[in-house]
Amino acid sequence: MKKKLSMLLAGAILATTLAACGGNSTGGTNGGSAADAGADTGTAAAGAAFKLGGHGPLTGGAAIYGNAVKNGASIAVEEINAAGGAVQFDLKFEDDEHDPEKAANAYNALKDWGMQLSLSGVTSKPAEATSADHYSDRIFALTPSASAVAVTEGKDNVFQMCFADPNQGTASAQYIADQKLGTKIAIIYKNDDVYSTGIYEKFTAEAAAKGLEIVSTTTFTSSSQTDFSVQLNEAKNAGADLLFLPIYYDAASLILTQANAMGYAPKFFGVDGMDGILTVEGFDTALAEGVMLLTPFNADAEDELTRSFVTKYQEKYGEVPNQFAADAYDCVYAYKQALEAAGCTPDMTAEALCEAMTAQFTSMTFNGLTGENMTWDATGAVAKSPKGMIIKNGAYVGM
Amino acid sequence: MTFLNHLISGISLGSVYAIIALGYTMVYGIAKMLNFAHGDVIMVGAYMSFCATNYLGLPAIGGVAVAVVVCTALGIVIERLAYKPLRQAPALAVLITAIGVSYLLQNAALLIWGSNSKNFTSVVSGKPLQLFGGALPVSRVTVVTVAACIVIMVGLTLFTGKTKMGTAMRAVSEDKGAAQLMGINVNTTISVTFAIGSGLAAIAGVLLCSAYPLLVPTTGSLPGIKAFTAAVFGGIGSIPGAFLGGILLGVIEIFARAYISSELSDAIVFAVLIIVLLVKPDGLLGKRVSEKV
Amino acid sequence: MKKIKNLSKNGRDSLLCYAIVIIAFVAVQAVTAGGGLSSSMKGLLVPICAYIVMAVSLNLTVGILGELSLGHAGCMSVGAFAGIVVSTSLTDSVGAAPLRLAAAIAVGGVLAAVAGVIVGVPVLRLKGDYLAIVTLAFGEIIKNIVNVLYIGRDASGLHFSILSQKFELAEGGKMIINGPMGVSGVQKIASFTSGFVLILLTLFIVLNLINSRAGRAIMSLRDNQIAADSIGIPVTHYKLMAFVISAAFAGMAGALYAMNFSTVTAAKFDFNTSILVLVFVVLGGLGNIWGSIIAAALLTVLPELLRAVRDYRMLIYAVLLIALMLFNNSSLKRRLLEKRGMRQMEKLERAGKGGA
Repeated sequence: MKKKLSMLLAGAILATTLAACGGNSTGGTNGGSAADAGADTGTAAAGAAFKLGGHGPLTGGAAIYGNAVKNGASIAVEEINAAGGAVQFDLKFEDDEHDPEKAANAYNALKDWGMQLSLSGVTSKPAEATSADHYSDRIFALTPSASAVAVTEGKDNVFQMCFADPNQGTASAQYIADQKLGTKIAIIYKNDDVYSTGIYEKFTAEAAAKGLEIVSTTTFTSSSQTDFSVQLNEAKNAGADLLFLPIYYDAASLILTQANAMGYAPKFFGVDGMDGILTVEGFDTALAEGVMLLTPFNADAEDELTRSFVTKYQEKYGEVPNQFAADAYDCVYAYKQALEAAGCTPDMTAEALCEAMTAQFTSMTFNGLTGENMTWDATGAVAKSPKGMIIKNGAYVGM
Repeated sequence: MTFLNHLISGISLGSVYAIIALGYTMVYGIAKMLNFAHGDVIMVGAYMSFCATNYLGLPAIGGVAVAVVVCTALGIVIERLAYKPLRQAPALAVLITAIGVSYLLQNAALLIWGSNSKNFTSVVSGKPLQLFGGALPVSRVTVVTVAACIVIMVGLTLFTGKTKMGTAMRAVSEDKGAAQLMGINVNTTISVTFAIGSGLAAIAGVLLCSAYPLLVPTTGSLPGIKAFTAAVFGGIGSIPGAFLGGILLGVIEIFARAYISSELSDAIVFAVLIIVLLVKPDGLLGKRVSEKV
Repeated sequence: MKKIKNLSKNGRDSLLCYAIVIIAFVAVQAVTAGGGLSSSMKGLLVPICAYIVMAVSLNLTVGILGELSLGHAGCMSVGAFAGIVVSTSLTDSVGAAPLRLAAAIAVGGVLAAVAGVIVGVPVLRLKGDYLAIVTLAFGEIIKNIVNVLYIGRDASGLHFSILSQKFELAEGGKMIINGPMGVSGVQKIASFTSGFVLILLTLFIVLNLINSRAGRAIMSLRDNQIAADSIGIPVTHYKLMAFVISAAFAGMAGALYAMNFSTVTAAKFDFNTSILVLVFVVLGGLGNIWGSIIAAALLTVLPELLRAVRDYRMLIYAVLLIALMLFNNSSLKRRLLEKRGMRQMEKLERAGKGGA
């Protein structure tokens, strides 16, 4: 008995240490989840709010992205509900573990809940799995960040808030060629990732058309995402003066660190997945000095909308929001604008809303955090202009 | 020179696998169980060190100390609560419980530290050593990791060979029943093994994240699997085997990526592993155990 | 009723397996007809069927043959992608979805069996953890290769290439497997009924195998390979038999699984999926087929039921998993079972006395 008691005590002490440590670190994680629960369980009176659902990875290796979207959308919903206009939302966000199978489950759970409007999925493959269901069930979807073409292809009621992958690849190649940023280009991409491969393919096609010379192409997978020395050595030996990184910022931060350690300093060029690199806790931002990226969102921007969003996000979650959070925030406001314009009411069926939203989104213009004068075409792709940013003194500066 | 560069990269990746594999093989050799939660104890160790240095302002060595203490305690708690009740159960039952513990640690870390990645500050500071007039940079972390591997290897060999506790461990690993009859407290011995294994995991976690500074709740799982592979490669249960297996696995991985194909490097690594095991079915340095009916 | 009592223990277990599956099927159909099944549960039906087949087939390797396999998802992957190629190719020529599904499952099973032979022949002489790690390695290799596989189809037939798309499709051609982009726009032709039929088929073959001469030979390898060898049981032959049958059903399960989603990637069939299926098998009890069925169904539904606890979902799932494993092997359960056994004994005794 004594032994058991002592074990329990040891366990309790350990748990408190861990918790104390965690409290120090983010300050917002624990509080954040409590607040989320509030956002989830209906802040507006029942029946008076549109049921907005979404799914994304809240646990597992891709949890960064799902949580950012969930937090960004929660802030928008709270703002809108607090302002008390005609349009109110009830948000429910389910975990899909970055797995198409679990995404289908999450979608079904949302359907049981009575979802009327959807944020679809956060990551490409899970969103692709449920977009077929959104299509056949006639539930309108506006995904903040699932950028693969297959997500919207052939579905008239699935729209994107982010750039589609091909657009980013093409835009990057054009940008590099037009600004004469580099002549010999090396690429490192993640070849078991839809997002990364999609951008890579379009980039090489456009680079060939623009006469850019690609001297080295290397890959990695999620199971070899630690050591990049071979890839960097190859790029260095090929004499590349610009390294194109169509990957997310977690792997990119490792590449920057390792390139620095081996004394290799080409120009680095990233896409929207690179956004967030400055907010990695403990990351030496000096390493990212001079990194260029195309991103729709800049957390350091001085405009009123961005400042208020960033402040609220930091207060609530203890970290600087990235473009995933900003896209999600925009999604909710785009819905608000479209619903108001179409005069929709929460008692309408999902199918009726779907019809109204499809008509609205193809005709309206939206201004948000991630761009101005955004429009959508019938395929569901968004038209907004990517901003070229360069990192100087630990902050984005427009190029 | 490129070849040497790749070799050095291979060794630095391999030394990280090796130091994780040492903990794996130590626990396996004595408790005869595959502790799939080992990789996640590594992750906890790295987080503890990160917290201690970044929030409490401790020096790097203090961070390591905190990590070792917490992980050792964690190892003991896990062993008592999750593995000890299964002492009489089939080995696979313990394996599944270990997987449960692995999920538990990952998800607890997710709730405590959040999903955003952290950039680990290397505990080994300083510019890389420059060999051949700068043509061959060698990272200091690699040097420290290899040195730590050798120290741990020698330490473990001496400990199991010379001390009373070590002798008891070897006895338990040979035959639990007979050891008990000889007056060895099997439970305590296995608990101590776990404590040591988890302490080693903390050191491995700090060195892993010093070399590859990305810290997320899933940081430990993949290196954990690779290290398990390395331990089997070298002959599971063999301490020098774990070191050799780890280094070789890292070098093969880098060479496959450099000279054959970066797309297929994972497949090549595992193909080499299979071929080696077909030639040497007990791993590189594994003991051939003769079976009796 | 008397007949059931007279059956051997094995016979009763087999009957129990069929009974569980058939009763569950009828119950689900009845509830569905009454409109009482939520979309959430409906969406789980086919994956549950696929996982049951996976668990039963893995139980053949782990529980009956006694060899640990950590690469079962690799066989599933082979079946899934083979099935997709078949069903997509047949879209124009075969109109009936069930026929296409059957063809996909059959081809998936055959190809997975071929993979099983390729893996099994060289590695089955390894033992224990070394065999486990080699199966893990094969699973990873399959995942890696499928990830760089390009298959397209046009009027002139199927085109294959590896690493990059080295063929041009003629007008009207379609990529089926597009390398890392995986598979898109799969027609969802899997149904609960087809899953049910596949489970019955699996049970029929696996249970008959277990209760046959071959099955007893396989179990003798598990219990004592040297003794079995010494009385002239061809070790490699029976090991391979169990391994290949297990792989074939994993392939069929893979094909069924893939036909239930509009998209599949190679990364889904990784080490974690192999481990998940292993968890079903061990939790259900090694060698216990009906246990595997229940564990697979239960652990697939559990995370969905836990959606109510939101952020703590996976944490609680992990705790429950550990608790279940501990309970399964605890003295508490043994005592409960003993108590039940005692009561039954008493009943029998009383009945015996009454009869006399």
